[in-house]
Amino acid sequence: MLLQQLINGIALGSTYALIALGYTMVYGIITLINFAHGEIFMVGAFVGLLAVSVLKLNIFLAMIVAMVACMVIGVVIELIAYRPLRKSSRLSALISAIGVSIFLSSLALMVFGADAKAFPSTAFPVRQIKIGEAEISSLQLLIIGISALLMLGLEFIVKKTKIGKAMRATSEDYNTAALMGINVNRVISFTFALGSALAAAGGVLVGVLFNAVSFNMGLMAGLKAFAAAVLGGIGSIPGAMLGGLMLGVTEVLGVAAGFSSYRDAIAFAILVLVLLVKPTGLLGRKIQKKV
Amino acid sequence: MGSILHDFTGSIDPYLLQILVNIGIAIILALGLNVITGLTGQLSLGHAAFMSVGAFASALLTIKTGLPFSLNLLVAGSFTALVGMLIGYPILRLTGDYLAICTLGFAEIVKVIFLNLDVTNKALGLTVPPAKTVIPMPIFVWIWAIIAIIAVTFVQNSRFGRALKAIREDEIAAESMGINLTRYKLNSFALGTFLAGIGGALYAHFLGYINPSDFGFLKSVDILSMVVLGGLGSVPGAVIGASVLAAAPEFLRFMSQYRMLVYGALLVFLMVFRPNGLLGGVNFVDFVLRKLGKKPYLSLRNGQEGE
Amino acid sequence: MALLELNDVTIRFGGLTAVDKVNLEVEEGTILALIGPNGAGKSTMFNLVTGIYAPTEGKITFKGESIGGGEPYRIAAKGIGRTFQNIRLFSPLSVLENVLIGAHTRGTAGLPGAICKYFPWVRREEGELHEWAIQCLKQVDLVHRAYEPASSLPYGEQRRLEIARALAIKPHLLLLDEPAAGMNPQEKMSLMQMIRGIRATGLTVFLVEHDMKFVMGLSDRIAVLDYGVKIADGTPLEVRNNERVIEAYLGKGAVH
Repeated sequence: MLLQQLINGIALGSTYALIALGYTMVYGIITLINFAHGEIFMVGAFVGLLAVSVLKLNIFLAMIVAMVACMVIGVVIELIAYRPLRKSSRLSALISAIGVSIFLSSLALMVFGADAKAFPSTAFPVRQIKIGEAEISSLQLLIIGISALLMLGLEFIVKKTKIGKAMRATSEDYNTAALMGINVNRVISFTFALGSALAAAGGVLVGVLFNAVSFNMGLMAGLKAFAAAVLGGIGSIPGAMLGGLMLGVTEVLGVAAGFSSYRDAIAFAILVLVLLVKPTGLLGRKIQKKV
Repeated sequence: MGSILHDFTGSIDPYLLQILVNIGIAIILALGLNVITGLTGQLSLGHAAFMSVGAFASALLTIKTGLPFSLNLLVAGSFTALVGMLIGYPILRLTGDYLAICTLGFAEIVKVIFLNLDVTNKALGLTVPPAKTVIPMPIFVWIWAIIAIIAVTFVQNSRFGRALKAIREDEIAAESMGINLTRYKLNSFALGTFLAGIGGALYAHFLGYINPSDFGFLKSVDILSMVVLGGLGSVPGAVIGASVLAAAPEFLRFMSQYRMLVYGALLVFLMVFRPNGLLGGVNFVDFVLRKLGKKPYLSLRNGQEGE
Repeated sequence: MALLELNDVTIRFGGLTAVDKVNLEVEEGTILALIGPNGAGKSTMFNLVTGIYAPTEGKITFKGESIGGGEPYRIAAKGIGRTFQNIRLFSPLSVLENVLIGAHTRGTAGLPGAICKYFPWVRREEGELHEWAIQCLKQVDLVHRAYEPASSLPYGEQRRLEIARALAIKPHLLLLDEPAAGMNPQEKMSLMQMIRGIRATGLTVFLVEHDMKFVMGLSDRIAVLDYGVKIADGTPLEVRNNERVIEAYLGKGAVH
């Protein structure tokens, strides 16, 4: 019933939110839709999987390992595929991003094969907790808890630290920030690192939630997270969180209502609707074009 | 007449014939995307979905009606163009990045719809009976490939084509020249998706079997890679890009699992080091004319003034 | 009735009033210059006239028709051509193609016309468009560059190309946004001649400029904007001696 669906939706939505945050931060700063972001999520899931099954780490350590690994990957991607194109047309940057996305997912396919891999069953003991008529699994609690923690951490970094201020300044006005002495390149790298870390965390959590990690999980999750970011208002961090949660709940409710075969299309339908009706999303701000 | 042609195609090694047909179809698809993305600058990541619309429409026409193939093609292509314009109308007013994602979104929606419709046989795919035509398929494909090449070349150097290029370069300036952005973007979409539909219809009848899952994002990236490799906006570029990438899997069979890996890296590499692709930025026709000692295409009439 | 009339035109961006109740008239066949300190709202005025921005209040009338808030492409087709403060040429395209695009509204062939490229009526139209484009290039003395990519032109010639492109619309009103920016004195002199020549063909010119000598020497009338408000409007002599203007602008070490 409703409460159960809400719980499921919030758990799922939290993971979308984690990924959506990366999109929104990068877009806010260099107006680029990092097409490869979804693949970072996928890589994070695989790294987490390896950490648990090969290195025998517990889930929390595995997540940290995944986050660190993806931070590095995210920064490297920016350096190779986006930074050289900063002065070029948007089309070039977008195509380059697609190239990175294809490259990463093909690499994963090659290395891990096409089947979905599962986490070893000892990874995380799952208990069900009753809340009224609904149940919430300890896994879902973990997901919601960690997501909330990470998002709070992000808020703290963005609002209370020096680099966070630099991020906000750069996203407000790139050129002025540079003129003010902000090392824009460093800020951008940092933004990519942060976003990638969050996506990686999301990857591990989703991998454990669905107990399936596969090379193609990045594309779908990435697109849905993008839809969430747009829904909340691209460029707005609270927006990404809100959008993620809303999308998760809507998807779960949609499946419960009988549209399960159209499950993936729900996110796209939302995306298209938002872009057509209110492109700035729920919490985004209008950008006036300069002529 | 038909039997002469059949003898001709029958005399060609079937393996080679298959490659040639694949190249022909790829050229048509690449040229369609070239109009939308290369000429008008609107990145469409859902070109394969339009290909599938044409493929299924054409297949169903053959299965349910006995329409002769030439008509079948035109109907399928026009239907695809109609769908293209319907989808394009709301989304073409979006800027580049959003447009691209939206095309991807719509492509996925189309795929999901096809996977769930009874008439398209859901996930099992459709077996397509042979086309009703006197002319053998390979020749048909190449006739259309040549039509596409000619049509897009004509468009490039026309008032319509100039408007598209203006939109690609600078929308605000284009508007200030009296160009109705939405109308021209829509028309470019119509032409591009028409060609996609034709390509899909030919593909369906040549292969004999189509499945919605074949027309996903990866196929769209396939086609995009052809256009980018050859050079966005260049017709000979699209032809060369299509030829290379359609034939390559055959010659590079041993590294087929690396194919997408290479494509991905190729896209990044091209954008960073050679964004104009192999031939982009070179107006081929002018180049050839100059070599022949004649005046470039955009030549002054009546020899009023020399260069 | 003036060719272009602005009545109480106002535009607000959030909390900022960029243009405040401006009244302006541009008489046919004259050259009107809009001057004012940086950020006074001059380019905004142009964007209002060409439809890129819609006025929050007020009316804009062109040839008797209300155009405020209209679509830019429709307004351009009515006969308003413009250049841009930061050059907006179609860089990789040739000089000729840039002007041909400017001549877009003088043709009608669409997608069907493109496919039927060698049909007589299409060939005729293309021929006419080409001839007209060459005429426009002659007016700015750039015919010798016709086939070169626009981006390869030196700065001064790029500005002239933008003018040729705007002329190709065969406008009644030509909006020039800082046409002399970045030019050396000789180039400015020949630009002044060119603009006088344009007026002589019957066009009306509305321009924004910073160079006082240029403006004083060229314009029939001058309007002065400061913080979005019009503070003066008259002949060069009147404006030169207007105290408010001197205070706001001219008195601050401008070039004489």
